[in-house]
Amino acid sequence: MPNMSLEKVKMPEQEPQVRNQNFQEVALGYTKEQAMEEATRCLNCKHSPCKNGCPVGVPIPEFISEVAKGHFEEAYEIITQENALPAICGRVCPQENQCEGKCVRGIKGESVGIGRLERFVADYHRDHGQKKDNHIERNGIKVAVVGSGPAGMTCAGELAKKGYDVTVFEALHKTGGVLSYGIPEFRLPKDLVQKEIDGVADLGVKFETNVVVGRSITIDELQEEGYAAIFVGSGAGLPRFQGIPGENLNGVYAANEFLTRVNLMKGYEFPKHPTPVKISETVCVIGAGNVAMDAARTAKRLGAKNVYIVYRRGEQEIPARAEEVHHAKEEGIIFKLLTNPVKIEGKDGWVHAMECVEMELGEPDESGRRRPVVKEGSNFVIETGTVIVSIGQSPNPLIRQTTPGLDTQKWGGIIVDEETMKTSKEGVYAGGDVVTGAATVILAMGAGKKAAQAIDEALKQE
Amino acid sequence: MYKILHKEKLNDVVELMVVHAPHVSRKCEPGQFIILRVGEDGERIPLTIADYDREKETITIIYQIVGYSTKALAALNEGDEITDFVGPLGEPTKLHASKHVIGVAGGVGSAPLYPQLRALAQMGVDVDVIIGGREAQYVLWADEFRKFCKNVYITTDDGSLGQKGFVTQVLADLIDQGEAIDEVIAIGPVPMMKAVVGVTKPHNIKTSVSLNPIMIDGTGMCGCCRVTVDGKIKFACVDGPDFDGLQVDFDELMARQRMFKEEEHQMDEQANRMCNLMGGVK
Repeated sequence: MPNMSLEKVKMPEQEPQVRNQNFQEVALGYTKEQAMEEATRCLNCKHSPCKNGCPVGVPIPEFISEVAKGHFEEAYEIITQENALPAICGRVCPQENQCEGKCVRGIKGESVGIGRLERFVADYHRDHGQKKDNHIERNGIKVAVVGSGPAGMTCAGELAKKGYDVTVFEALHKTGGVLSYGIPEFRLPKDLVQKEIDGVADLGVKFETNVVVGRSITIDELQEEGYAAIFVGSGAGLPRFQGIPGENLNGVYAANEFLTRVNLMKGYEFPKHPTPVKISETVCVIGAGNVAMDAARTAKRLGAKNVYIVYRRGEQEIPARAEEVHHAKEEGIIFKLLTNPVKIEGKDGWVHAMECVEMELGEPDESGRRRPVVKEGSNFVIETGTVIVSIGQSPNPLIRQTTPGLDTQKWGGIIVDEETMKTSKEGVYAGGDVVTGAATVILAMGAGKKAAQAIDEALKQE
Repeated sequence: MYKILHKEKLNDVVELMVVHAPHVSRKCEPGQFIILRVGEDGERIPLTIADYDREKETITIIYQIVGYSTKALAALNEGDEITDFVGPLGEPTKLHASKHVIGVAGGVGSAPLYPQLRALAQMGVDVDVIIGGREAQYVLWADEFRKFCKNVYITTDDGSLGQKGFVTQVLADLIDQGEAIDEVIAIGPVPMMKAVVGVTKPHNIKTSVSLNPIMIDGTGMCGCCRVTVDGKIKFACVDGPDFDGLQVDFDELMARQRMFKEEEHQMDEQANRMCNLMGGVK
């Protein structure tokens, strides 16, 4: 008899007023007992709609029924058949739009806590699992992967499992891509990211850091060096700006810069780590996506008293994960919705205020969301010394600029065949944010996996 | 890891290193730069490429010891390894075949200017150089430039070598004398580049500058190095570092370089204390 509780078993978390002072992980994860209890809420539906909601097709009811029995290692085996990075997905996937959004239990009450269970299983394995002897028959065929973020890492792991000799080229000094430089420690601990990367390395994948493909070596040169296929997962790094006056004043950061200083360079431990980051008492974050939430919550943890999310649309339109918005509010982040900045004001080269206008929602635009329209004469000023611009990123231009024959969209994304992730250039595949523009970790992983399959099929035919 | 094959002191505060870095040496061109990091916690610091040897797979860098991270670099010796060394970054200089180019270098600006002027000379361009420094010892690479420059003009603030005064005076005099100049390439401290543009702009002489804003990743990801050129936001790391000097907003650049002055000072103090504790090891 399934557990018919309408609510998920609560996951323990640090208290909001404690956690907004530290960089330790917010959510603490289920205990064994809590996980087993939550698992009994799954109805094990025959048509398992949850599975269709998962971009990498994790056999969700199957793993959950193992959890219910207390067979956590078995559950881990089932998940990792399809998902190489479960500890990460359990933490950062927008489950409400994916697996949990399709869960039958969600029709009346809360869905099964699939993300929480996935996270529990991955963490249990990390703490208790036996390292497997990954004996894989090698086929000696070289494949190159550009970028060590979620797309590249997944593609590399899948191909290595199939016996390919995979090398991942990473431009930064550290692997992980956005998992390392973008998502903060309190949401995704970096030692956990490292463990997942180590797991991919254990499959035989080689990592070369400090290689900027497009500069240090081109795609054509990789082909000349005998890489039979190349997967490009170079991400959407290039930050966008609104184009309003004052964006280059001191105190204005792109969210990428702010988060890179804190996450990758450990600026929150300055001066122990020499890369500085500085903020004022009041911080305004422009935008309301996951990156904006990360920036706002990071600013709070660095000691800002008043942190505002300034967003031109309304609550309904907020693109961030529901849990991030909820956590941000709990931690004291103030949401200034239907508000759009028009000018950043400076004094002696430094930001001291931001002028905004109020907005109201009109007819739906091409994105299907109601278009925000300026309320005439509603201008007002927020006094602030720090502005963090978080309105999106474009694909990094280096590879498209240096790879003849690679077709791209007007806005810079690489064009691929959606079934195989094949680009217009023979032997070159692409996936993740460099194709879609800034999206989610799991979509990038799904693309990496699809590409690995297509690469395997193509190379087998040769 | 990237081994230091040769290290040399050029003056009190400037040193040269030759580093084994095959991925950089294979592809780099004049005008490009590298980013390096010393130690697992190190900052990422950008430095222009002064020279390269494709066969020996080496890159030559020249750096001025100004703060914590350059002190950490200077503490390394021949045979030691640099933790991270990535490049080549930025767009190579677009070298135009013209008749006459004047290079202007201030301090360590000689380093990035050298490969550019040499390449122009090899293309058959008449090349002159004006090198400035606070005093004689800070005038770098005059002899190297003499190998391919028709005229090497030197200025020092104190008159200890060459003409007393600033590089801009020599440039202004040459213009006044009616010298036909197709392009000026100025590389050095931002105030110097700004002053050079102040001289060339009224005569509408094409002027290229190499900008060095604060940078983190150097691959277009963080947006920290943005500069305003011709009223538009450009990223020095992927759109530059060379820009049309006549269009650069130098005042904004100078303000942005001061963003972390206090923190840099704090790190520097810390480095000095460490140094004292270690018995004044430099």
